[in-house]
Amino acid sequence: MNQWNNFSKGFFKENAVFTLLLGMCPTLGVTSSAINGLGMGLATTFVLVMSNIAVALVKDFIPDKVRIPAFVVIIASFVTVVELTMQAYVPSLYDSLGLFIPLIVVNCIVLGRAESFASKNNVGSSAIDGLGMGLGFAMALTILGTIREFLGSGKAFGLSIFPEDYGMIIFVLAPGAFIALGYLIAIINKTKKTA
Amino acid sequence: MAQKESSLKNMVITLLVITGVAGAALGFVYKLTKEPIAKAKLEKQQNAIKEVVPEFDNNPAGEFTEYKSVEGTAIKVFPAKKDGQLVGLAIETISKKGFGGEVKLMVGFTPDGTIINYMVLEHKETPGLGTKMDEWFKTDKKNQSILNKSLDKNNLTVAKDGGEVDAITAATISSRAFLDAVHLAWTTYQANKAVSDSTTTKQVITLEKEKSNESVE
Repeated sequence: MNQWNNFSKGFFKENAVFTLLLGMCPTLGVTSSAINGLGMGLATTFVLVMSNIAVALVKDFIPDKVRIPAFVVIIASFVTVVELTMQAYVPSLYDSLGLFIPLIVVNCIVLGRAESFASKNNVGSSAIDGLGMGLGFAMALTILGTIREFLGSGKAFGLSIFPEDYGMIIFVLAPGAFIALGYLIAIINKTKKTA
Repeated sequence: MAQKESSLKNMVITLLVITGVAGAALGFVYKLTKEPIAKAKLEKQQNAIKEVVPEFDNNPAGEFTEYKSVEGTAIKVFPAKKDGQLVGLAIETISKKGFGGEVKLMVGFTPDGTIINYMVLEHKETPGLGTKMDEWFKTDKKNQSILNKSLDKNNLTVAKDGGEVDAITAATISSRAFLDAVHLAWTTYQANKAVSDSTTTKQVITLEKEKSNESVE
């Protein structure tokens, strides 16, 4: 497979959030601000790349029947590494993402890529696939976070654009996440059809 | 793909090796990050103490006493001293009555109980509503601010409960939790200080008496 296609499919054609609708829990949960979305996206990207590489490396040694538990152990290890590292070096980001970092383990994108791509392809393609999918996920989360932060509290990446009092608080809360995501998916589907 | 056969022996060995390697790797990372994590936490605590009490020249973090509040939460009192004189108390306090769980604060008091400043350490309140507590109770607007007020002289509960503090708009529960934490800080310290002064030992004491008073309210 062409490596560029392999990389870029994560952004649009097979974007985890907008097209595959995978990983909805962190998507809806953390995107109350752009910076949270970006942080979560990058953490997931790291885990995706590392676990894809690891799975591609060991795939031949793993008997078929225990592959899922084996993958989960690998993924969980990398997530814990991310969690500890974040706690040590970016405590403020860790505070705001908090609960959602351990939840990367059960993010179906990560296991999905390990199962459907990395376990069938070589290390290089798997790393690129992980990077593409991860960055696509990060992009989707950042866009959603920016929209919600702007409409909800009048800020973009923490910079005030209009006074917070005029913000529509619903966009910062859970229902706003569904509304914003719904419209985004609708727009993307529309552009896809016309393109 | 030369997949290995799924025999019991193969499966057991594979999982053992994978979990073993993962365990060792995690142990290594844990060791590596243990110190920075402790440092980051300590720094956060230090900054919070500095933020809420006047200038000091001792090491409050090294002299803290831990008490148990009537709610069973741990209250940490950090004394700030200048030239051996007590100038303020930074009290780390937790209320469990928040909208999304615990609300953890660092509140600074003068020795006579006037609130100097506070800092919200941890909370899981609703973004955009309860999260405003970071600034709300410091803002000098209407009756929002609790700074320069004293729990002995002022009735620091939300207006809805008959108090004199304006709750955060649309976040009364968060506001109650916040003020509850402030109350717990001061009452726990007061109650325990009296005891430890008389016995000159710093013991962790749960105050049953306080509990009965509280439930009457």
